[in-house]
Amino acid sequence: MMTNLGNRVTQGQFSFLPDLTDAQITAQIKYALSKGWASSVEYTDDPHPRNTYWEMFGNPMFDLKDPAGILMEVNNCRKTFPNHYIRVIAFSSVRGVESVTMSYIVNRPKKEPGFGLVRQEGEGRMIRYTIHSYATDKPEGERY
Amino acid sequence: MAKSETMKEGKERYKSGVIPYKKMGYWEPDYKIKDTDVLAMFRMTPQAGVEPEECAAAVAGESSTATWTVVWTDRLTACEMYRAKAYRVDLVPNTGPGTKTEAQYFAYIAYDIDLFEGNSIANLTASIIGNVFGMKAVKALRLEDMRIPVAYLKTFQGPATGVIVERERMDKFGRPLLGATTKPKLGLSGRNYGRVVYEALKGGLDFMKDDENINSQSFMHWRDRFLYCMDAVNKASAATGEVKGHYMNVTAGTVEEMIARAEFAKELGSIIIMIDLVIGYSAIQSMAIWARKNDMILHLHRAGNSTYSRQKNHGMSFRVICKWMRMAGVDHIHAGTVVGKLEGDPLMIRGYYDTLLDTHTPVQLEKGIFFEQDWASLNKCMPVASGGIHAGQMHQLLTYLGDDVVLQFGGGTIGHPDGIQAGAVANRTALEVMIQARNEGRDIWNEGPKILQEAAKWCAPLKAGLETWKDVSFNYESTDSPDFVPTTTASA
Repeated sequence: MMTNLGNRVTQGQFSFLPDLTDAQITAQIKYALSKGWASSVEYTDDPHPRNTYWEMFGNPMFDLKDPAGILMEVNNCRKTFPNHYIRVIAFSSVRGVESVTMSYIVNRPKKEPGFGLVRQEGEGRMIRYTIHSYATDKPEGERY
Repeated sequence: MAKSETMKEGKERYKSGVIPYKKMGYWEPDYKIKDTDVLAMFRMTPQAGVEPEECAAAVAGESSTATWTVVWTDRLTACEMYRAKAYRVDLVPNTGPGTKTEAQYFAYIAYDIDLFEGNSIANLTASIIGNVFGMKAVKALRLEDMRIPVAYLKTFQGPATGVIVERERMDKFGRPLLGATTKPKLGLSGRNYGRVVYEALKGGLDFMKDDENINSQSFMHWRDRFLYCMDAVNKASAATGEVKGHYMNVTAGTVEEMIARAEFAKELGSIIIMIDLVIGYSAIQSMAIWARKNDMILHLHRAGNSTYSRQKNHGMSFRVICKWMRMAGVDHIHAGTVVGKLEGDPLMIRGYYDTLLDTHTPVQLEKGIFFEQDWASLNKCMPVASGGIHAGQMHQLLTYLGDDVVLQFGGGTIGHPDGIQAGAVANRTALEVMIQARNEGRDIWNEGPKILQEAAKWCAPLKAGLETWKDVSFNYESTDSPDFVPTTTASA
């Protein structure tokens, strides 16, 4: 179990808040749409802080302007991967940004095992650090 | 408008002796600005008896080719081109006869791009602020704004990392970043210092930071600090699943020593280092090049700037420092909080933030921005808000400063009654709840305190924090505010 205050991975914009309801997720989707940003749903069973590429649950929804439709994709992903981390990402294609503009977790495993810190002592007092995702002790597909 | 009184060329112009700068070719009211010109706008207070056009011409002259007397050697050069041209002078509103302030003028000066060496803030500034501030003809002088032409900007690296890539590397989007400066600034041992870093990062901050004067003193030598802080950073990262950082201040007596410290920070796996403005422009450019080469985010503390940026009549505006530092290549710069303990009028601060973050800045006189600026695809530089801010001001901070900023809650984290982790939880929760509310379309400016109180019902650390700092505010009048001629249009 993780020992930080919420006993949870705190990536994303809203991990310090109570889990978002469907209505709250819809409000954030609407905000992204109002800015012209495309939303996308991604999932993973390895929430390592440097695991950039979560699996895409389909392409970013560039042409879908209906918040209910986007929420439906979120819920399809939750149904398919009920015990994975799932996040909603928003992308801006505006010059000077052309990157991710929102990222928030909308689903997580019931039990979050967290990470271990491996210290490899080197010369003198030098230490090399490895953050180890406990979930990855098991093979892909068997992690939660 | 006055006609140019320049005696163009020839025998008359170059007769030995002293003639007014105005007549030496430094005052050209009908000058047509070129896209490639560097433009500067000064606030001048001329000495009694010096007419404003002559004063502007003197500033133009002394910041480009002139000396106090006529020299025939000018005639060996394309001197017309190398001369800076003062092309416009406006009386500053509410100064001069009938007001409490002696007459001040806004003087606009154009410099040909060939006057400057590429990729050298040192060379640019040696001209623009090199000699003129001590000239007897001006009682006081302040550099208010500059327009840097695209062609010249393109010779600079710009921010080593930039806001967008910093966010991608840290996996943090859609909200300001959170930081804090370790306190007390001086006296902690490396071991004790790292404790503060660990607690705050585990609690929920993204960054911790050395202060400007933490270098390598007897109570904590730099290697000790780096080693303990990196243990804290990595442990907090493992405890939260987030990328975290501590700005390692590598400021030292020589660039060689700074590079050595930066190399050690890199070997330990730090994602960010820090330097102070007092190390000098060329040292900053060197560190920025090192940072780009070594995947390092470069934080700049603006130590020392207020010695010349605070007074309205003399020195230089901080927005010019922002411009130069974005060119020099830093990724972060302290740029004011509006609501905290340090100087700052809301619109002026917004002007600094725009200068750091825009891809294109239009003229906005109310923000003190006198020139249009195309940023020529230079990366964005992240403004840092630090000094006397706390969770209870979150709605104001978000409204004034926007999403692209590092909010630094030093005292507001470490001084929390239930401990440093609780302080960090309070700040992070306040931030997330305010972002959520704003995105949901709520009026956070007016409902902010209510939104925080609602969250405090389920977040005990936030409740305690709000209670502790409920009466803290810093309401002093700003010493620096914009002055402008309302009829002035964007044609400049």
